[in-house]
This record gives sequence, structure tokens and C-alpha cells, in this order.
Amino acid sequence: MPLDRANVDTDFIIPKQFLKSIKRSGFGVNLFDEHRYLDKGEPDMDNSNRPLNPEFVLNLPRYQGASVLLARDNFGCGSSREHAPWALDDYGFRVILAPSYADIFFNNCFKNGLLPIVLDRKTIDALFQEVEANVGYQLEVDLPEQLIRKPDGTELGFEVDAFRKRCLIEGLDDIGITLQDAELIRNFEEQWRTTAPWYFTTPEGV
Amino acid sequence: MSGKTLYDKIWEAHLVKEREDGTNLIYIDRHLIHEVTSPQAFEGLRLAGRLPWRAAANFATPDHNIPTTRDERSQGLAGIKDPVSKIQVSTLDDNCSEFNIFELKMNDLRQGIVHVVGPEQGATLPGMTIVCGDSHTSTHGALGALAHGIGTSEVEHVLATQCLMQKKMKNMLVRVDGQLSTGVTAKDIVLAIIGKIGTAGGTGYTIEFGGEAIRGLSVEGRMTVCNMAIEAGARAGLVAVDQITLDYIKGRPFAPAGEVWERAQEAWRNLVSDEDAVFDAVIELNAADIEPQVTWGTSPEMVAPINGKIPDPAAEADTTKRGNMEQALNYMGLRGGTAIRDIKLDCVFIGSCTNSRIEDLREAAKVVAGNKVAESVEMALVVPGSGLVKQQAEAEGLDKIFEAAGLEWREPGCSMCLAMNADQLGEGKHCASTSNRNFEGRQGFGGRTHLVSPAMAAAAAIHGHFVDVRELG
Repeated sequence: MPLDRANVDTDFIIPKQFLKSIKRSGFGVNLFDEHRYLDKGEPDMDNSNRPLNPEFVLNLPRYQGASVLLARDNFGCGSSREHAPWALDDYGFRVILAPSYADIFFNNCFKNGLLPIVLDRKTIDALFQEVEANVGYQLEVDLPEQLIRKPDGTELGFEVDAFRKRCLIEGLDDIGITLQDAELIRNFEEQWRTTAPWYFTTPEGV
Repeated sequence: MSGKTLYDKIWEAHLVKEREDGTNLIYIDRHLIHEVTSPQAFEGLRLAGRLPWRAAANFATPDHNIPTTRDERSQGLAGIKDPVSKIQVSTLDDNCSEFNIFELKMNDLRQGIVHVVGPEQGATLPGMTIVCGDSHTSTHGALGALAHGIGTSEVEHVLATQCLMQKKMKNMLVRVDGQLSTGVTAKDIVLAIIGKIGTAGGTGYTIEFGGEAIRGLSVEGRMTVCNMAIEAGARAGLVAVDQITLDYIKGRPFAPAGEVWERAQEAWRNLVSDEDAVFDAVIELNAADIEPQVTWGTSPEMVAPINGKIPDPAAEADTTKRGNMEQALNYMGLRGGTAIRDIKLDCVFIGSCTNSRIEDLREAAKVVAGNKVAESVEMALVVPGSGLVKQQAEAEGLDKIFEAAGLEWREPGCSMCLAMNADQLGEGKHCASTSNRNFEGRQGFGGRTHLVSPAMAAAAAIHGHFVDVRELG
């Protein structure tokens, strides 16, 4: 699905009223809420009855079921809310293609099985043209091989951090990996407490 | 070998493990917590049967969802009308009590916006690594701490391991030399920087702000600048430690005292970039050239000086940029070529983690003193950043000045910066706001935000449109 707009911010992706949930799921129906619906969304609404904005790209019949999001520069700028990747993932997106991303958003994607791929502007421009010209346009994204296959058989390579790639493919638990180094952390902490005891003081009564 | 930047120094001091693939384990000294981005992280801990690695490193306060009227606040949790918001605030209370985490609860005098309260309590110290599930954590860099926002998965990671897996950022120096003219503030500096480098200009970098004009700012002003580093794309902003930093910290509740203070301040004096440090990028501005700034669009980089005009999209050669400008102006209900001074305001919001500290309130009060809010302005809120800021402002009589002029004096919280509570900007309304983001819908569905300094917001409240605060008597 092509979202032809630069600097798409996290308020655009998931407006703040939906951040009140204490759960991690169910954000997909409110993805791009202010653009997708014509009325103002609230957390307790029955979204199935809300008036859709027929012009917004997410609502176009040809893009129903899309799992690859084609985007412009600085996608995901703004807040650190992980609700943004949660909403994209919950809706059904698996891969994002854009020339650049905001740092925190980019990092948050990998924690949620969402793959943000960086492609140069020219390639992104060409993809926008191709997807708009061809109804039913599909891309195949091969993470192990780091390749995107186009309908005409041509392939585009992409870079992905080796550690993050392994975590995505094997579904590894970041915390579990870090805790394998628990002794190292404990040693560092003891030494740091000696070097910089001022970071370990707490006021009386705390 | 060239010297080290301040960022290099803090990074190296916190390196627990370097992996071959470039991801590193970094130790986190302070973890700040609020109610919006933490519940799923605590739930994750519970599900995995884990406990916080070092509970004392955590510091929590609710700020986003809480009401700001005196009446509602006096009722405690029952005063939060929105049941979903109430659950989020009470969930924070429950989690902090279950995991033995220090929390300044909603009606504690010391409660406030987490980025105001952290430094105020001395929980933010130079040379620390600080994280919080909030992008404006960059604020704390004003005290020479390496501070940045993280997502909820990382909140859980820090709770469980006291570490983060990170790649090192590049170094950028933004040097603002020269002197600011009277009436031009830290907010104008940072808006001018964002106007120059764009909202993605700092992506991939840690920005150190330096130069005479930055050195001349109070810690409060430096916090305003670092706060909006994220609006320039940089997760973290930094200002080197100097006497102003040390004077600010001394005597605060969480700061060290006695002999430990003496040793600490000796160590902290080294928290400056070496003379021969090499930055990957250097941006220079002259403070004397900076005028009061006003944003006209839906991204903080869409900014113009008070005596300027909204740019005409037709004159923009880049088609993507032109499209963005057209979209923004369409949303804002404005046209290219309009003078910034001719933008009329319906609302004024003075508050947020960017500009709700005592110095900000003093600047705003100075402008409104003896004046009345323009009749066309429907709502004008002043929301102090913490209970202690509020107390100080009241001791100075600032609340009376605001109320006499027709502005509402509220209880501390994030309020209409992101409008998660009941303080919301109406559809189609224009708001002069001292906050940090002018995104579509940010302050309320269909609301139109113009980012400005506290003095400029106050002046706009009185005149009903933007005016150059330097021309006021």
C-alpha cells in the first residue's frame, strides 16, 4: 500500500486517545484513525459503524489485505510510542519500505516482528509508480536472502543489521539474550558503584 | 588520536559489552516511568516472572492522563472522569507498589511532568544514562546526561536488565554563537535550528548544543533546547557541564551531598567535549540573527520568523516538499504568502515539558501583566510543569497576574500538549502553544497548533494574533 506523504508522524499512525489502553493488541482498527475515518475516534467506539474516508489509500479496495507499506522520508517521526508499530502489525503490515525512518520508531519495529527496510529515493519513487499503475501489484520480501522480488522477476537487495535479522527470523527474546550476560552486568555495576557512587544514592525515606 | 566528544565519554563509561556486530550493551543509570508507555512492560515482567534488576534506579510519576482543574484534582483518582485514563493511572500506582518503585503520585506536591520533575528532584545527574518511554527524554541532556526515549519493549528490557542493546550514534555539534536579542529565547533558538536542519536533520546523531548563546542559557533554557532535539530527529541532545549546571543540581533531594558531592562535581567538570574532538557534522547559527519563531504548518520544521510570511508552495521546486506544504496549509486553513502576524488565535496553551518551568512562567507573566486576554481568544491555559513550579509561581504572585488577565491557572501535567486528558483544542481552532509538536490532531482532533515561546504565546493571548514580543513595552 503506497502512503505518499513524507514525515508521517506517530500521531498520524495512532492518535493519542488510543494510547490509554494497558494492552498490547487491538490497535489495528485505529491505525491512521484520523485519516481513515471521517469522524473523531474514541477508544470505546464500535469501529465497524464509523464512516470511512473513501479517498484515504487504506480504504481503497485495491489495497485491502496489503502487508507491505510503501512510505516516504522520515516515516514514524515524533513520539516513542510503541503503539505505532503495534497498530501497523495488528492491522497486518509485515514490511515497510521507505527512504528513511525516525530512529526510535525504526528500533521499535524490530521488537515487534515488523521489518522496516531502507531503499534509496529513486527506488522508492519507482515502486510508487509501479504500484499505482498496476492493480494487485505484489512484492515478495525474503529476509534470509535480503531480497525483494518484483512481479517482473527483478530483485532488489537490502541491508539489515545481522543481530536484528537473527532476532526476527528466530523470534528471539531480547531480554533473555541480555540476561545471558547477567554476570557481566553485575560486575560492571559493582565497579561503577565504586567509580561513581553518586549515581547510587537515594534520599532518606525513598 | 583526536579527542573525545561528551557523547563519546558518557557512552564509553557505560559500555558493558561490545559485540562484534556493533550492538552494544549499555548500562542505564536512571529509568523514568510514566503511565502511558509502562503498563505493557510491567505486564511483560509479570508474565516472565521477572523482577526489576535495580528497583532504586527507577523513578515514576503520572503526567499524561491526569486532569488539570483544581476541582477534579482535589478528588484524587475519582476526579479522572475518563474510565480508561483512570485505569492507566491506577495501574501505574499498582505496578510501582508491586515492584517497589519510587513514585510521585498524582496528588503529591512534587508530582509533575516527568521531564520537569526528574531534574527538579536531582534524579537527573550529569554523566548519567537516562531513558524513559517518552521521546522528550532528550530534555535531560541539558544537564550533561545522555538521555533518550525508548519504546515499551525497551522499557521492559531496562526494568529487567538495567541495560539496553544499542548502536552508537554519530556526533553532531550545533554551535550557536553570539548573543540573543532581548525577547528571543531558548525556544526560538531550537525552532530556528529545526527550521535550518529539518525534522530529520539529526536522525542518527546525538546533538551537542554549544556556543556562547547556549552557555548563556539557564539550565531551564537548555532543557527547552534539548527537549526538542527529537523534533530535529536526534534521540538525544546534550549540553556540556559548567558551573551553571552544578549550581542547579546542588542541594536537590536525589543529588549527592557532603563528601560524595565534592567528588561528584570534580568528576562532572570533565563532562565536556575535548578541544580537539571531531564531530561528524557541525551546524552553526548566529544568535543575533534569530528572531522570535512561529510554526505555520504541521511539522516543527515549517517555521518562520515573526516578521516573515508563510512560504508559497508554488515556489517550492521539490514536488514531495510542495505536496507536504499544500497538505499542511490545507489542514491549517492558511495560505502561502500570509504574514505570520496576521494569523489569528482562538486558544493559547502555556505548558508542556518544553516550556512549563518557572522561568517560562515568569516570561509569560511579564508580558500579560496589566493586560487582558483578547476577546477573540476562547481559551487560554497556563499549566505549570510540576507542583513545585506551581508553588514557586504562586509565591511570586504569577498565578494572580495570569488570572487577572483572564488566563486559567491549572494543576501540573502534560495537558493540552498532547491532549490525552480533557484539555483539548477544538476542531479548526488555532492555538499559540509553547509545546513541541504541531502534528495534525496533536492537541485535539482537527486542532491547529502554532509552536512559539512562552513570551510569544502570552503576547498572542493579549492581541488575538501573533505580535513581535520585542516591540512590546
